[in-house]
Amino acid sequence: MGFRPVTEVTFDKRMTVDEIVGQLKDGMTIGIGGWGPRRKPMALVRAILRSSLKDLTIVAYGGADVGMLCAAGKVKKLIFGFVSLDAIPLEPYFRKARESGQLPDILELDEGMLQWGLKAAAMQLPFLPTRVGLGTDIATYGNFETVKSPYADGEVLLAMPALKLDAALIHVHRVDHRGNVQALGPDTYYDEWFAKAAAKTYVSAEEVVERMDLSYPDDAKANVFERCFVTGVVEIPQGAHPTSLPPSYGWDMGHFKAYAASAAEEGGWDKYMAEVIGPDEAHYLAAVGGAEKVAQLPLPIF
Amino acid sequence: MSVSDCSLAELLIVACSEAWRGNGEVVATGIGPVPRLGASLAKLTHTPQLMMTDGEAYLVEEPVPVGPRGYDDRKAAGYLPFSRFFDSAVWTGRRHAMVSPTQIDRFGQTNLSYLGGSYQQPKTQMLGARGFPGNSIYHINSMFVPFHSKRLFVEGEVDMVSSVGYNPARRIPGGNYSGVDLRVIVTNLCVMDFGGKDNAIRVISLHPGVTIEQVREATGFELQVDGDLPTTPLPTEEQLAIIAKLDPHNHRATVIKGNPPAIAKESVA
Repeated sequence: MGFRPVTEVTFDKRMTVDEIVGQLKDGMTIGIGGWGPRRKPMALVRAILRSSLKDLTIVAYGGADVGMLCAAGKVKKLIFGFVSLDAIPLEPYFRKARESGQLPDILELDEGMLQWGLKAAAMQLPFLPTRVGLGTDIATYGNFETVKSPYADGEVLLAMPALKLDAALIHVHRVDHRGNVQALGPDTYYDEWFAKAAAKTYVSAEEVVERMDLSYPDDAKANVFERCFVTGVVEIPQGAHPTSLPPSYGWDMGHFKAYAASAAEEGGWDKYMAEVIGPDEAHYLAAVGGAEKVAQLPLPIF
Repeated sequence: MSVSDCSLAELLIVACSEAWRGNGEVVATGIGPVPRLGASLAKLTHTPQLMMTDGEAYLVEEPVPVGPRGYDDRKAAGYLPFSRFFDSAVWTGRRHAMVSPTQIDRFGQTNLSYLGGSYQQPKTQMLGARGFPGNSIYHINSMFVPFHSKRLFVEGEVDMVSSVGYNPARRIPGGNYSGVDLRVIVTNLCVMDFGGKDNAIRVISLHPGVTIEQVREATGFELQVDGDLPTTPLPTEEQLAIIAKLDPHNHRATVIKGNPPAIAKESVA
C-alpha cells in the first residue's frame, strides 16, 4: 500500500452544451452565478430554455436568467434575494409569473442570507446562525427556525439552512481543460459559493485554453474557485449576453428594453423564443447583431 | 444663480447630506440621485471621513459624478465589491445607507417586496427584499421619499416587512436588535426622525412654505411634533456649486415632479 504516483493526467472536463444540459434532470435545484444583469451564464440558461427540462428550483441573485426561465415555465420554485435588471428595476417576466399566480412557491431571502445558505452548504453544515431576517416577514414566510447561543450571551439567532445545489451554472472569461477558471472584471459576486455549494458546477467561458498555467499564469488571482469544484467546461464566446461581462463587454440595454417590451405583448414570449433564442447559439448571436456588436457594447456606468 | 432660486431637489440634497454628518469612517450609500448626491456632498464638506464606492466595486475618495462619464474616470483608493460587502460593511455595522422604500409604516418598517395580494400571488411584485433585512438590523439607515403621501406612509403595517423597524410585536425574546438605528426621513415636504416617544416618527423641520397640516394630511399615521418647527435650511452657494459639479447632466431636475423651486415664486419678496 501507499502513495501511488499519477503517471498520466487524463482529466479533461470539456463538454458540449448538450452534454451539460443532458446531465441536468427535472426537479433539480440549480444555482445560477452572476448578479442581476451582470455576468450571468446566459448561453447555458438559453440551452435550458431550448430543452425539455422542467420543475426546477432556481437559486439566484436574479436578472433575465430568472425572468426567462419563469416565462418558459421551467421554474417550480424560486429562491432569491432580488430579481432585477438594474436600469429596468422590475424584471418583466418574473413580475408576470408572480402576479398571475404561476409562481406561488418562492423563498424570498435577504441578499446576505442567500450567500450564508450557500456557505453553509459549501461547509457541509446544516445551517449558519445570523441576526439577518429577524423582525421581518422574510422570517415569517421563510418558516425559519431559531437557535439559542450556548454561550453566556444566550442570543437567539435565525438558523439559515444550507442551500444545497444539485448543479451550479457560471460564466467566466477563461477556463482550461481541467477546470481552472479565471473571472476578470471588478466583481466576482458570489460565484465562488455557488460553485462550492453545488454537487456539480458547469462553467462556460469566453475562451477555453488547454492549460491556464501555460496561457495566463499572470492572472492567477482571477481564479475565484478551485478546479475541484468544476465538473464540466465549455467555450461559448459572448455567453453572458445580454448581461455584462466587464472588461470584455457591457450589458445590452437595447436588448433588455426589447425583451421587457415583449412581456407586454400577446404571445411576446413565444415570439422572443422563436425569433431571438432560436434553435442554437449561432442563431442567437446572429439575431442579436453578431459577435462584433456584442464585443463593442459599452461597459455600464453606475 | 442666487440661493433663493435653487430647486427643491437641491434643498433635499443638502437635507440628505446632513444625515451623514459626523458619522466618521462608515460606507455612505445613497441609492438614487438625491441620496447619492447628498452622501457625496457630505463627504466633500462636513464629513470627509466617509467611505464611498463608485457604485460598482471600488472605494473612491473623490465621489464619482452622477450619469454618463468615462468608465475609468474613477480613481480607486480601495476595493469593496459585492463579494465582500456583507462581511466588510453590512455585518460589521460600518455603513449608513439611505434608500427609497415603496412603503414606510409608523414603526419605520419598510417594504420593497410586493404590494397587495399575498406572498404566494402578489398584486404588484417588486424587487424583493434585497439587502434590507440585514441592513436594518446591522447598520444605520435613513430614507428619502420624493413624494410624501398616504400610499407611502401607510396607516397600518407595510404589506411585507422587508426591513426591521421599532415594532415591539415583531421582536422575538433573546434576539439582538441593538443595531437597529433609523436616523432621518427626508421627504419633499419635511424632515423627520425617530426621536419621538418609543422611537415614534417626529417631524423636525418643514421645507419653505410647507405647513404641518399638509404633512399630516399626506401621512397615514400620527406624527409627533415638539414645539415650533424650524424651516429646512436652503443650500449655500458653496453647496450649490458642489452639487452642480457632482451632477453635470442635471439628473436632480428629474427627481421631483415639475422640478419646483425650493421657495415658491409668489412667496419670494
